[in-house]
Amino acid sequence: MKRLKVFLTSIFLIINSPLFAYSSDPKEFVQELVTDAIEKLSDKNLTKDEKSKFVEKVAIENVDIKALGLYTLGELRKSSNESDLIRYQMAFEKYFLKSLTSRLTDYSSNRFEVVDSEKKSATYTIVKSIINPKDGSPEIKIDWRVYTKNPEKPLIRDLIVEGLSLARTQKEEFASILGSNDNDIRVLISKLNEFVNN
Amino acid sequence: MSSKIYAAEECFEKASRSVFKFNMFLDDVIIEPIAKGYNNLPKPIKVGTGNFTRNISTLLTIPASLLQGNFNQFAHSTGSILVNSTVGILGFLNPAEKMGLKSSKEDFGQTLGSYGLGTGCYFVLPILGPTTVRDSIGLVVDSYLDPFAHITIREKELLSISGNNLDYYSVKGATAVDFRSNNIKNFDSLEKNSLDLYSSFKSVYLQDRSNKIKNSPDDQDDWGNLEN
Repeated sequence: MKRLKVFLTSIFLIINSPLFAYSSDPKEFVQELVTDAIEKLSDKNLTKDEKSKFVEKVAIENVDIKALGLYTLGELRKSSNESDLIRYQMAFEKYFLKSLTSRLTDYSSNRFEVVDSEKKSATYTIVKSIINPKDGSPEIKIDWRVYTKNPEKPLIRDLIVEGLSLARTQKEEFASILGSNDNDIRVLISKLNEFVNN
Repeated sequence: MSSKIYAAEECFEKASRSVFKFNMFLDDVIIEPIAKGYNNLPKPIKVGTGNFTRNISTLLTIPASLLQGNFNQFAHSTGSILVNSTVGILGFLNPAEKMGLKSSKEDFGQTLGSYGLGTGCYFVLPILGPTTVRDSIGLVVDSYLDPFAHITIREKELLSISGNNLDYYSVKGATAVDFRSNNIKNFDSLEKNSLDLYSSFKSVYLQDRSNKIKNSPDDQDDWGNLEN
């Protein structure tokens, strides 16, 4: 009985530790990750805080947040000084995690299915999926841009919903804020912090 | 495609932002509540209405496809209209899809885009929403090109069918409500997570139009050599 308890505890610890990773095949990686997320977010026994912590953990491990932050900053990433860039990256990560939790919660009650994948280059694979809303609305096509430079550790870089790239939308939103504020990265950082604190 | 193609210059941003606010107000007090009510209707009614409005939109696709020289699309749209308007009971059912006929939505703005004409500057119209110089010219031409507009707001007869202004605006209104009801979550999510909602809508609009002109999503490859 004691051995069984040790065994079960070990399994629990392994599953909940960062050592438990999703598949390295981009298609399976997306399917496993989203299935896991939907399961957790629709679990009525978990509190809102526990769900947020889960999303944050999964996102930090499986989304290329650093590259996404630099991409959305556009050309300014080349001319900003290092300390501003570090402050921006920190603010962007918090902003991204908060908005991701909100977005995933919005869509967690739907059925999800990976339908195909297409290797675009040595470093990119597009995984195609569909979401079928339970309210009878038309299905939503979502493509996942998966970065595969390290084939053992795929990372998500973008979600393309019905052909509309979330990263590009974010980039153009930030460009507009920067454009109307003399390209001052500190204004953008302050807006990101404002969003996180609200 | 470079991101510069998406980032159309603003024609008059200050005025557009004001119009955008006005449109969002109209959406909050009129369109969104109607769309939410519409979402509570039985599924067959919702699906039927969506099919009906899409079938009428396909009428404009026929001349637009011809002008684009896209004969495959022309054949699919014509076949779809014929099958759905008859077997599909005035378009409320969509048997054409089951027969493999794919009808896409084309207009004159997309036709001009397919000729290589740039977007021109971006602005927001009251009620109608985001547009560009190219698409607003397209919108005017559509009212002459669209057979449904021809028999309703132009009060002409086509194959012994005619209608009136009310028919036209009722169908356009139903199309808007159907679209809005299918995107309640998407709109809410964008609204909740945007730092500048005006720019988000602009980006979404320009990406969508670009995809529709190419009839495929962009390959989005403008990440350069960003390493993690």
